[in-house]
Amino acid sequence: MSSKPAMLKRQNSGIWESLGILPILVVIVILFAVLNGNFLRPNNLMNVLRQASINIVLAAGMTLVILTARIDLSVGSILATTAVIGLMVSMHPALQGFTIIIPLLAGLALGALNGWLIAYVKLPFFIVVLGSMTALRGAAYLLADGTTLINNDLNFAWIGNAYLGPVPWLAVIALAVVAIVWFVLKKTVLGVRIYAVGGNPQAARLTGINVKFVIVFVYAMSGLLSGLGGVMTASRLYSASGLLGNGYELDAIASVILGGTSILGGSGSVVGTLVGALIIAVLNNGLTLMNVSYFWQLVVRGVVIVIAVLIERFRHRKAD
Amino acid sequence: MGDTNTQTPLLTVRNLSKRFPGVQALDGVSLDVYPGEVHVLMGENGAGKSTLMKILAGVYHADGGDIELDGTPIKPTTPLEAMDLGITLINQELGVATNLTVAENVFMGSEPHRWGIIDRKFMSEKTQEVLDKLGAPFDPDTPTATLKVAEQQQVDIARALVHNSRVLIMDEPTAALSEREIDKLFDRIKALREQGLAIVYISHRLAEVAVIADRVSVLRDGQYIGTVTGDDMDKNTIVSMMVGRSLEDFYEHEVSDTKTDRFLVVKDMADGKRVRGVSFQAAAGEILGISGLVGSGRSELARLIFGADKGISGEVWVDGEQMHIRSPLDAINSGIGYVPEERKSEGLFLQMSSQENIVMNVMQQKARFGILDRSDNDSITAEAIRQLNIKLASPRTPAVSLSGGNQQKLLLARWLQIKPRVLILDEPTRGVDVGAKSEIYRLIGEIAQQGVAVVFISSELPEVVGLAQRVLVMREGRIMADITDKDRINQETIMAYATGVREPDYAFTA
Repeated sequence: MSSKPAMLKRQNSGIWESLGILPILVVIVILFAVLNGNFLRPNNLMNVLRQASINIVLAAGMTLVILTARIDLSVGSILATTAVIGLMVSMHPALQGFTIIIPLLAGLALGALNGWLIAYVKLPFFIVVLGSMTALRGAAYLLADGTTLINNDLNFAWIGNAYLGPVPWLAVIALAVVAIVWFVLKKTVLGVRIYAVGGNPQAARLTGINVKFVIVFVYAMSGLLSGLGGVMTASRLYSASGLLGNGYELDAIASVILGGTSILGGSGSVVGTLVGALIIAVLNNGLTLMNVSYFWQLVVRGVVIVIAVLIERFRHRKAD
Repeated sequence: MGDTNTQTPLLTVRNLSKRFPGVQALDGVSLDVYPGEVHVLMGENGAGKSTLMKILAGVYHADGGDIELDGTPIKPTTPLEAMDLGITLINQELGVATNLTVAENVFMGSEPHRWGIIDRKFMSEKTQEVLDKLGAPFDPDTPTATLKVAEQQQVDIARALVHNSRVLIMDEPTAALSEREIDKLFDRIKALREQGLAIVYISHRLAEVAVIADRVSVLRDGQYIGTVTGDDMDKNTIVSMMVGRSLEDFYEHEVSDTKTDRFLVVKDMADGKRVRGVSFQAAAGEILGISGLVGSGRSELARLIFGADKGISGEVWVDGEQMHIRSPLDAINSGIGYVPEERKSEGLFLQMSSQENIVMNVMQQKARFGILDRSDNDSITAEAIRQLNIKLASPRTPAVSLSGGNQQKLLLARWLQIKPRVLILDEPTRGVDVGAKSEIYRLIGEIAQQGVAVVFISSELPEVVGLAQRVLVMREGRIMADITDKDRINQETIMAYATGVREPDYAFTA
């Protein structure tokens, strides 16, 4: 009954806590490594990273939004719209220098518009993002004229296909985005204020925090990163259509939730989101390697999400 | 009760310890409880009373220490096990399932049965027997949903008796009862005492001690302070045991000698609803109390001054300069701080660290290009924790795990960072335990001494009387009186203006 074991236990639970969902990722990786000899090959691991990269980028933005106790359903539609815009710009001889920046700015503007409608026009956030998800999906089809735009001389194709050393540029960009978002959340005034607004909007206002600005910022960032997702997708495919990114918002939300960010806002981290996105990517990749049908993959993915969140909650209760 | 010196205790607690993240809830507590006594356990919020009781009742598990019942060491791991051993906890939140009958509640979790088929006849008879003993006016088949709170409490007691409990732990049993119900409960408790049960009675209310207690034990900060009996059980002794100092020192605080009148001037503040044209002034270095009944517009006035709500008219002047306040941010930039009434919903960021809660208002100024200055924040926090005597495990401890008093200090620390010229405090000691209250009073005195105009709103009249140098009384959105004469600052005068017994006596010319 001495207090030493109790203290050790507490310390352990602290470490256990900080690891978040990582042990689950490790278990899944080990499982696939045992079940399929090809899984752990460097080539395949790079594949996993590349496959995860676009979701990681979207989910990083989604983390910011969910931390403020809101959600962004429009990321998939912004991705499609900006991908199409990128293709259109790339086919315009005079705009060759702007093929990346214009879709990024378009994403930023669309996200900021979401944020402005929510914070300043005071529309319910769910209605706004539902509306923009639908409308921008339509806009993407309209811009592409219902077809697929193709450009085999895409001047930013390196993003989707080239490597930095052994690592695909897509993965480099995704990890850089996570690092930047981590820095913003942990090291800047704005980051602390994002947590504050999500944790207690009333208190945030009474503390002199510009709550409206914070909301516009998180949606603008989500939009900007969706635009980046659009550039990444288009560069990988040398093409774009209104069909791109369908349902990506759900994968992004799932990654954030898996990563331990509270849907109620105010707590969570982008590193958790990274792990969550990797879990989803590893499942997709591993199950495909094992020739599991796509339908079963969906079932497994859904079940894993629910179980992971259950385990997470169980651990939290224990830690209390 | 018998002579406790010769009797052997029924329940013995030795060196019981329990730690929660950030707090030592119990620190080597020992206690003897004798058969046939009502043993009152007192202490402030967070003193460890409830933790001790929950360990005895098998809800929590101790980190260390021993419990003996009748000389036999016990270690209950569930409430049901504790009940079988003879210890029953009667909770603050009543543990009655309102969808079940009285008998079903009494036997919940230990239903008598034969091969899984419930023995309702036995259940009913046994319950009736106990209810008769208690003199309860209802029968075993009554649905508990139809019972009043006091009657539901009897169901709880009946459950304890059915399980042959010898130690009955009652956690603030009078909290939800009317005066008459309390009298009946005391009669019942005395009857149980006659039957040789030991009753451990947890209470906040000093008035109850005289009526019911055979002995009183006091806990403070998780430690056992002492036990008093007989004539020693007077109010002053018990309070000083609880607080650790005498009652006279309670409101003690320094006041400033120099005051600069008209440092804060509020003119014709109105919101068209609860505040109807309020004008007043507060001096720098002064502690100005705003009193009045609930709904008199006190808090609404504070929110208007701070820019938290929009008014229809009103001017705020600080140090001779008019401030244009349209938002809390404007107010902060004008040097006005505001500690809101609802600490948890309007003030704190509960999941965030204590440090973040403290630096929330100044991190912007301290930051470079928006990047937090970690070391500066660390030193601000360390200084604030030291200065305000905030008790926490580490600056990283989330605000949610602090006690009410320390949470309030966290908020005060936050506002002191902006170096306020005017500080508005709305119910600064609500939900704060006695010891921290006294510290907060002293702090308010220190703040005023530094030349801040302190405006504080409180529903607790003794607090207003004890703290304020001047009192404004509000009623129905208007100021009724400005009591400046220290002799007239008393509860009777304030209440007379607040209720309208006295005619309004106030004029302010800006």
